[in-house]
Amino acid sequence: MEIRNCVFALILCHAAFVSCAVGLGRNPPTERISGSAGDVLEDDPVGRLKVFVYELPSKYNKKILQKDQRCLNHMFAAEIYMHRFLLSSPVRTLNPAEADWFYTPVYTTCDLTPNGLPLPFKSPRMMRSAIQLISSNWPYWNRTEGADHFFVVPHDFGACFHYQEEKAIERGILTMLRRATLVQTFGQRNHVCLKEGSITVPPYAPPQKMQSHLIPEKTPRAIFVYFRGLFYDVGNDPEGGYYARGARAAVWENFKDNPLFDISTEHPTTYYEDMQRAVFCLCPLGWAPWSPRLVEAVVFGCIPVIIADDIVLPFADAIPWEEIGVFVDEKDVPNLDTILTSIPPETILRKQRLLANPSMKQAMLFPQPAQPGDAFHQVLNGLARKLPHDKSIYLAPGQKVLNWTAGPVGDLKPW
Amino acid sequence: MMKLSALQQSYLNRRPGSFRGAAPLDSSADGANKSPAAVFWLVLHGLCCLISLVLGFRFSRLVFFFIFSTSITTNTNHFMAPFRQLTTTTTAADVASDLPSNPVGDAALNGTRVVVGRHGIRIRPWPHPDPIEVMKAHQIIERVQREQRNQFVVKNPRTVIAVTPTYVRTFQTLHLTGVVHSLMLVPYDVVWIVVEAGGVTNETAAIISKSGVKTIHIGVDEKMPNTWEGRHKLEAKMRLRALRVVREKRLDGIVMFADDSNVHSMELFDEIQSTKWFGAVSIGILAHSGGAEELSSFAAVEKEVEEKEKKQAIPVQGPACNASSKLAGWHTFDPQPYEGNSAIFIDDRATVLPMKLEWAGFVLNSRLLWKDVEDKPHWSRDLDSVVDDDIESPLSLLKDPSMVEPLGSCGKQVLLWWLRVEARADSKFPAGWIIDPPLEITVPSKRTPWPDAPLEFPSDNNEKTANNMEEAHPVVKHTKTRSSRSKHRSKRKHEPKTVVDTKQQSEQN
Repeated sequence: MEIRNCVFALILCHAAFVSCAVGLGRNPPTERISGSAGDVLEDDPVGRLKVFVYELPSKYNKKILQKDQRCLNHMFAAEIYMHRFLLSSPVRTLNPAEADWFYTPVYTTCDLTPNGLPLPFKSPRMMRSAIQLISSNWPYWNRTEGADHFFVVPHDFGACFHYQEEKAIERGILTMLRRATLVQTFGQRNHVCLKEGSITVPPYAPPQKMQSHLIPEKTPRAIFVYFRGLFYDVGNDPEGGYYARGARAAVWENFKDNPLFDISTEHPTTYYEDMQRAVFCLCPLGWAPWSPRLVEAVVFGCIPVIIADDIVLPFADAIPWEEIGVFVDEKDVPNLDTILTSIPPETILRKQRLLANPSMKQAMLFPQPAQPGDAFHQVLNGLARKLPHDKSIYLAPGQKVLNWTAGPVGDLKPW
Repeated sequence: MMKLSALQQSYLNRRPGSFRGAAPLDSSADGANKSPAAVFWLVLHGLCCLISLVLGFRFSRLVFFFIFSTSITTNTNHFMAPFRQLTTTTTAADVASDLPSNPVGDAALNGTRVVVGRHGIRIRPWPHPDPIEVMKAHQIIERVQREQRNQFVVKNPRTVIAVTPTYVRTFQTLHLTGVVHSLMLVPYDVVWIVVEAGGVTNETAAIISKSGVKTIHIGVDEKMPNTWEGRHKLEAKMRLRALRVVREKRLDGIVMFADDSNVHSMELFDEIQSTKWFGAVSIGILAHSGGAEELSSFAAVEKEVEEKEKKQAIPVQGPACNASSKLAGWHTFDPQPYEGNSAIFIDDRATVLPMKLEWAGFVLNSRLLWKDVEDKPHWSRDLDSVVDDDIESPLSLLKDPSMVEPLGSCGKQVLLWWLRVEARADSKFPAGWIIDPPLEITVPSKRTPWPDAPLEFPSDNNEKTANNMEEAHPVVKHTKTRSSRSKHRSKRKHEPKTVVDTKQQSEQN
């Protein structure tokens, strides 16, 4: 009886393949993100590209990590894990002549303050020194001036290498990286620090820690909107208006006494559990538009409410964020409650079903060891989609496009 | 423009944050220009400095901001230098950034509506919750939760056949009402087989008819004995009688044993739906409740320490699993700690002990009991072949007890609690719990709080029943002697006793 039911259900599944299919049994019903966007998440990059990993002296990677082990746990840890993943991945090739992409393992975000915040002041010099090394020891950089190289720059404003937006904009992307593909967490449309063709990745969130805080799915979602974090950055911007472009402060001022909004600056130990009991999780911008809350919301099935104008979300070409999350303009923050309550319940259920899709959750994580469909694979998929390289990136020998001495004088000092 | 540039230059020189005297600056910047305009600006400047000093921030910046901007965000390319200045290097961009009419970095921000710099904090005119929206949000939450529940609903739910042995006694209503309510909450179809010792009575019928579920009320002629042992034996017989009814009527569903004094959780009914043939759940044994507080005080101290240890671990009966989640054995009740201290008679004030494995912890598919069923497993015994007298637990219905399915995450979840609490053997209660005719005559208790009140003796009270209950009693019909004390009535704890009740008791059963 049961086998027959299963076969029948399988047939139904196939019939409903293109449109939404609902999971059977005790698993929560999930929806496949239909069309090319959803299937792309499950692509396997192995066999579609080859990556050559430069062997840099350990002062660029291992020694830095040894000096401060905290780099493995903070939200910029993706650069370290990407290196480790590529070293043992099947896409790696030891023969650079057949490689499509070249990876330079330099940990630019590992110079931490006692509080754990990375200082980007030495990063440009570090990067420059690494590039000088690879361009003098291997011919592949000069061949294209970096157009078939990719770098992981997960810091606040990517390759602009500064945490302050004005300064970052002023610096612009490091001159030498202007032709390379950048894998970064920062993404904002029409911004200097987001180059055409960059791959946006989610910030690192510890997968084991999140897994260990899962609660039974039967637990009813009783919180309407949930947020924990700063509204005013008292240390750096006491009057408000700078931090988060005033959006977080607006959330606080408008909704602090609203029972539907469970928002506060506390650090509860049940933060992950609470997210699993909430329907909406706010993901507003901070000093930079991206936030690890997006990853947490997706993993815990809470619909992300993204309050960051013009933000480019991770893997935007593979994940249809419009269908999964709710986008609210910063100017509409005072009406956030009206906006959220006027979403029809069917849409909300559909978003929850899309979020329940395990491939969505997997694509946001950097598990060790790597698993199919995770963020590492999505990065490789993104790189694979850019192949084959256009013939025009190959320069004539001796031809130089980038100006190696551009940029602030401080950058030119050797590292 | 000139005034503006003058001010601009003075700001330039003041960038590093020091408040120098305005006069030398101006004179150095503008040469020997001592026009009244300059003086005016000088004064204004000094005033701004003073105010900034007092307020603690550069409010002049705000002034410019409000003068030169119409709305907060419609200025593209509006730069403002940050307040936090970790480095003191100033560049040309910073300097010119005060004025909106001097855009810098144009190329960087073409076409974007996102502006870097200070923004206002938008607060709507009445930033408080709107009740209609709160209602809508609650409807959304309700819909989401309903969807969540539906994911875990059991497909093809089967009827629950509850078997309850009972008999008429003081606490019967208390216990049976609990079972009635539990069964009313069960989201599946229920057939309730109530087997009564001493024959079918109206009392029991009245209670079970309130449940609203389909009931089958059977009587067994034997009266319930006064000892626990005898009661256990008779109850086993009664349950077998019920199983025979299931067999005769070919009832289809899952048979569970709902003893009238047990407490059932709703998860139990969800969990037993997954029984294939014969399942077992873990029961928590609440053996203390019968008489723990009645321990005599002189032995209390040593007992208390023991009690504490015992109390920490409530004995649990049920299936035991090995590491691969297969049935490995049974957790049974160990009567050793209660040796010599257990209740023999039903109204003893000692701990009532359960049997090694209680019936309530087992559930079975009703098809196991049917005659002529092809796919009945070979390891079950036919009901007819079971000898009445010696059946202690339903495991005797199986040839192979290892085929029992452990339910409730392999016995880790305690889904019901076993409890036996009974009133004194000679306790009487009003029939149907209706006091009819209403009480009129009261008898003062031996220890009345009002010693100077005249005593009244009952005229005829032989047919009155004793109120052993604790509730605030129907003293509304009290006689005149008490009426003067009406305001103390609620504080009275002593019960009016009839002469029939000879024993001194202020404690209640």
